[in-house]
Amino acid sequence: MTRFAIRAVLGRKLRTALTAIAIVLGVAMISGTYVLTDSIDQAFDRVFSQIRQTSSAVITGKPAFDLSGGSGVAEPTFDESLLERVRELPGVAVAEGSVDSDATQLIGRDGEAIVSGGAPNLGFSIADGESPFNPLTLVEGSWPGPNEVVIDRKTASENGFRVGDVIGVQAEGPVERLRLVGIFEFSSGLSLGGATLAGFDLPTAQRLFGKVGKLDEIALAAKPGVTPEELVAQVEEILPPGTQVKTGQEQAAADASETNEFISFLRTFLLAFAGIALFVGSFVIANSLSITIAQRTREFATLRTIGATSRQVLVSVLVEALVVGAAASVVGLFAGLALARGLFALFDAVGFTLPNTGLVLEPRTVVVAIGAGVLVTVLASVYPGFRATSVPPIAAVREGATLPGEPLDVVRGTWRAVLLVAAGALAGVAAIGTTPGGTIPSIVLALVALAIVLLGCALFPARSLGALIAGGLGFAALVYGLFAPDLGTTRVLLWIGVGVLLVFFGVARVTTRLIPGLAVAVSPAARWAVVILSALVWPFFTLPFWLLRRGAWGPGSGAQRVGALVVGTVLNPVVAVVASTMALRRALTRFEPEWPVELPGVVPELATVAVGRENARRNPQRTASTASALMIGLALVTLVATLAAGIVQTFRGAVDDLWKESDTDYAITAQNNFSPIPIDAAAAAARAPGVVAVMNVRTGQVRVLGKTIFATAVDPTARELITLSWKDGSQEVLASLGADGAFVDDGFADENDLKVGSPLSVTFPDGTTALFRVRGIFEPPTGGSPFGDVTISTTAWDARVENPRNLYSFVAMAGDVTPENTAALEAALADFPNAKAQTREQFIDNQIAGLNAVLNILYVLLALSVVVSLFGIVNTLVLTVFERTREIGMLRAVGMTRRQVRRMIRHESVITALIGAVIGIVLGVVLAVILISRLEFVDFAFPAAQIVVFVLAGVLVGVIAAIFPARRAARLDPLEAIAYE
Amino acid sequence: MNEGANGAVVVARDVTRRYGEGETAVDALRGVSVDIAPGKATAVMGPSGSGKSTLMHILAGLDKPTSGDVRVAGREITSLGDEELTRLRREHIGFVFQFFNLLPMLTARENILLPLTIAGEKPDEAWLAQLVADVGLGDRLGHRPAELSGGQQQRVAIARALVARPTVLFADEPTGNLDSATGHEILELLRRSVDEYGQTIVMVTHDPRAAAIAHRVLFLADGRIVRELGEADQHTILSVMEEVAAESAPPSS
Repeated sequence: MTRFAIRAVLGRKLRTALTAIAIVLGVAMISGTYVLTDSIDQAFDRVFSQIRQTSSAVITGKPAFDLSGGSGVAEPTFDESLLERVRELPGVAVAEGSVDSDATQLIGRDGEAIVSGGAPNLGFSIADGESPFNPLTLVEGSWPGPNEVVIDRKTASENGFRVGDVIGVQAEGPVERLRLVGIFEFSSGLSLGGATLAGFDLPTAQRLFGKVGKLDEIALAAKPGVTPEELVAQVEEILPPGTQVKTGQEQAAADASETNEFISFLRTFLLAFAGIALFVGSFVIANSLSITIAQRTREFATLRTIGATSRQVLVSVLVEALVVGAAASVVGLFAGLALARGLFALFDAVGFTLPNTGLVLEPRTVVVAIGAGVLVTVLASVYPGFRATSVPPIAAVREGATLPGEPLDVVRGTWRAVLLVAAGALAGVAAIGTTPGGTIPSIVLALVALAIVLLGCALFPARSLGALIAGGLGFAALVYGLFAPDLGTTRVLLWIGVGVLLVFFGVARVTTRLIPGLAVAVSPAARWAVVILSALVWPFFTLPFWLLRRGAWGPGSGAQRVGALVVGTVLNPVVAVVASTMALRRALTRFEPEWPVELPGVVPELATVAVGRENARRNPQRTASTASALMIGLALVTLVATLAAGIVQTFRGAVDDLWKESDTDYAITAQNNFSPIPIDAAAAAARAPGVVAVMNVRTGQVRVLGKTIFATAVDPTARELITLSWKDGSQEVLASLGADGAFVDDGFADENDLKVGSPLSVTFPDGTTALFRVRGIFEPPTGGSPFGDVTISTTAWDARVENPRNLYSFVAMAGDVTPENTAALEAALADFPNAKAQTREQFIDNQIAGLNAVLNILYVLLALSVVVSLFGIVNTLVLTVFERTREIGMLRAVGMTRRQVRRMIRHESVITALIGAVIGIVLGVVLAVILISRLEFVDFAFPAAQIVVFVLAGVLVGVIAAIFPARRAARLDPLEAIAYE
Repeated sequence: MNEGANGAVVVARDVTRRYGEGETAVDALRGVSVDIAPGKATAVMGPSGSGKSTLMHILAGLDKPTSGDVRVAGREITSLGDEELTRLRREHIGFVFQFFNLLPMLTARENILLPLTIAGEKPDEAWLAQLVADVGLGDRLGHRPAELSGGQQQRVAIARALVARPTVLFADEPTGNLDSATGHEILELLRRSVDEYGQTIVMVTHDPRAAAIAHRVLFLADGRIVRELGEADQHTILSVMEEVAAESAPPSS
């Protein structure tokens, strides 16, 4: 039977290939994700281990609590006098101090700051070019002396910098102009993605970074015979408070921990989309197999008459799926390598360059990718397999035998399915409920439970309660995940994931019942959407193609034909190339192009449309299953778009509220809109002519009541520049925080039982602790708070935080927004190229721009599952055309033209796609409403424009999917089609 | 008459078959009793709608009678479940179809061996070689059905039906899809399998020349056996056919 199954696969190459594409894409995404993240991981590991390679031990400042990157506060520095004392230790061979900064902005030749998405702008001191701790190699020039700079080769070549140039550098203070004396690269040839790197001698770096007399770290090399651990022990004896020492390896691991977090987030994020693509793929496979099996009824029946048991028939279908799944997964695995390259390029294109030291293919990648691909294929084949077992042996002797409508004995099947679903649901609840959230066993158990539930649902006959039960369970799980109190993040995501999967499954099944009505309802829309699309391409494709063919082998005088050729070529030269290849084939082979052809119009005949519509209706289960694949993709796209529209609208509302009745005219942020920037920038802006008031908001992590939180600090000018909604207190609070005043948001106040007058002890990263008093409690606007949980005055902040940074600044100017005022602000900020002045509107738009970048990435990733579903439609149509060969031949014999055949198939395709799109969009909005009702910071907004685009995209998917099957159908010879047995 | 007495391998007693219910019900068989003798070819003839195909389906366990008993190789089959029927087919029944029903992706040899493969049995190579030589497929074993002529495909199908040495071979219009010359060869082949291997054959046909190879010809009309002939030539058979057709009043439809 195995051989039979393998032969069955090989005997249907086109069908198998079309089915397999769905799996190839999903598996490619999985393997691509692993390859990508493993490659980034390796690149970072190399960076960090290389930097620490020669260090036996490293001394750094020790923050009072763990800080995450980009938080606006830096790890504390320590006094450089420690260096001399360390050098005197008996175990130390070499010791060198250094300072660094992740905001060392280089200024391009055009005077603009060199920024590349979120990549950092790293600056550091190079104490001694020949130092054993230096991981860099000079490519050109020399190591830096006082007031000199060296930069990495990539930055130099991309910006046209040469040794000898004078370039602008800005870190904490205003821009300084330094001579570029050298260009370097990592000794290993490593690339750090889009980051810019700049090296200085120690005094220059200390001055630039605002760290005169201070050090960030000391690297130590041990004398021969002294182990790193012994060295660490020696250092620990003289270590002052606020510093720590680690071995080089420990330090490398600590350096890498933050990027590791980022990579594992990226991995999970991308795997989620791979999972979606595979889920969609499973629909495509289940559908393709169902159709194929229906067409092989006589084959299975014959097998039964010569002694095959129904189990053997089931096994043969499963083995067939196994073979297809395994082959497709292997292809997908390698396609993943190519995809990883593509993803590197994609992230690069959206301004988020990732480091890369070559692609890494781990054994784990191979196992997971192939395992997932095979598992999904086999699971998807269970239902079609059971249908195959229901073929009775007598079908071998029946003419034109078809599958019975319901695959299983309904009662038996329903009970089995109910038991399975119940068992799966119980197992899922037990798994999630009893084991601690986030542990691997609970996730595995929950996934097994999900598989059981899906299997149970798969065994349900299509029109039974299965769909409703699956959908109901799904919505219940979704709502439970969202609203149940005290679930961990992992459990929330798990419940939501399981819920959404089941909802999709249920909706897909319910769709079957709606198909006959929906097909009739969307048919006119499908027709007119296609008419509009055809009308749009008519002058640029349809007309020139017709003219060219007429010119090449049509009727008419020489002049007419030459005219047709010329006009056609002018209208579309690409089509001219196509037509010439056709002409060449016609001259050299027996190829006879379709001619004469009427000048094509754009409106398909009603009769064609009617046949297409009826074809879409006649097998509701097939149409529903095909449409459902697209439904899933569009539901998720719509969900994302609706959430985004909600976020944008709410954010706008929040900022408008904040600025209502305020004097703010301009805002100052970093070029990338979110990085904290040195406070000197806003200070310079404050000196611009016409500035009435500047309000700065600093940000950083502090420790309050045992938790690390984001705190903010604000200037007294806030009273005039923003309007807060006060639960307790007034605008006056903003101006009168003083040295020990604080205000908190009401959520934080409720959580911690704070009232006006409550004391609040705040620990800063340098370890100092200060006591503040709550002076006011405000209600943050729905669209996001402008402040952290706790806000103090900038004076109090600056007294305890080294190199404080502004998250944003608001500026009020005499005469409000005018071109002169804008120019004055920009001139004042000329020395701070990483800072930009914006009007209120620009500020809002820029803040939203970040969201748009994220949205675009989400759309691209979801497009993958839409592509999978497109192949699903192609597949269904190809199989359908094959099945209806005789029928199409008959239609041709009674006078249907090839073009009409193509339009008939296209109409069926567009109806299927539109049904998928409409249900998907509705479901997406519903899911968004449920989600938004849980999210406090988002209101619902209907993304009308996007939804119109999605509907059109659905139509386009239908049109594209129909191209290949329609051509096959049109090529059928009427005579052969009728003679076909 | 009971089966023990004459050693019949297939026995049907008072078999009726009704399709549908109520006013639209159709009685395809109205009480048929028949014994199929071993080592003989039996032809079942009758006009369209006479119930001859239904009879064969019921005798072969493909369909279940509304009432009556059917025994194959001494075993009552009307109450058997799917598993037991499958086992019965493996051991006792071979099929030859009008449209050959070969599996297109398997070669001729693989098609022939399929019943054994499915049952997990090893082929008897000597038997296989003899069978292939007897059906005249010597050099075509590596070909796929699409590369074979209709006659060759039916030879493969006959070899497939014989390979497991079934108790009884059911042939459903075996010449229905072949030209007359090829059909003649196939009929000879079937008859030789009776003469040389002692194969029992039940053949449903409306072709008098096909029925002429049988040792016994049963005529059905309106769901009943109305005539029976021993070995007869095609002209005799044809004239009986015409009588039967004339007697069975055409339904009013």
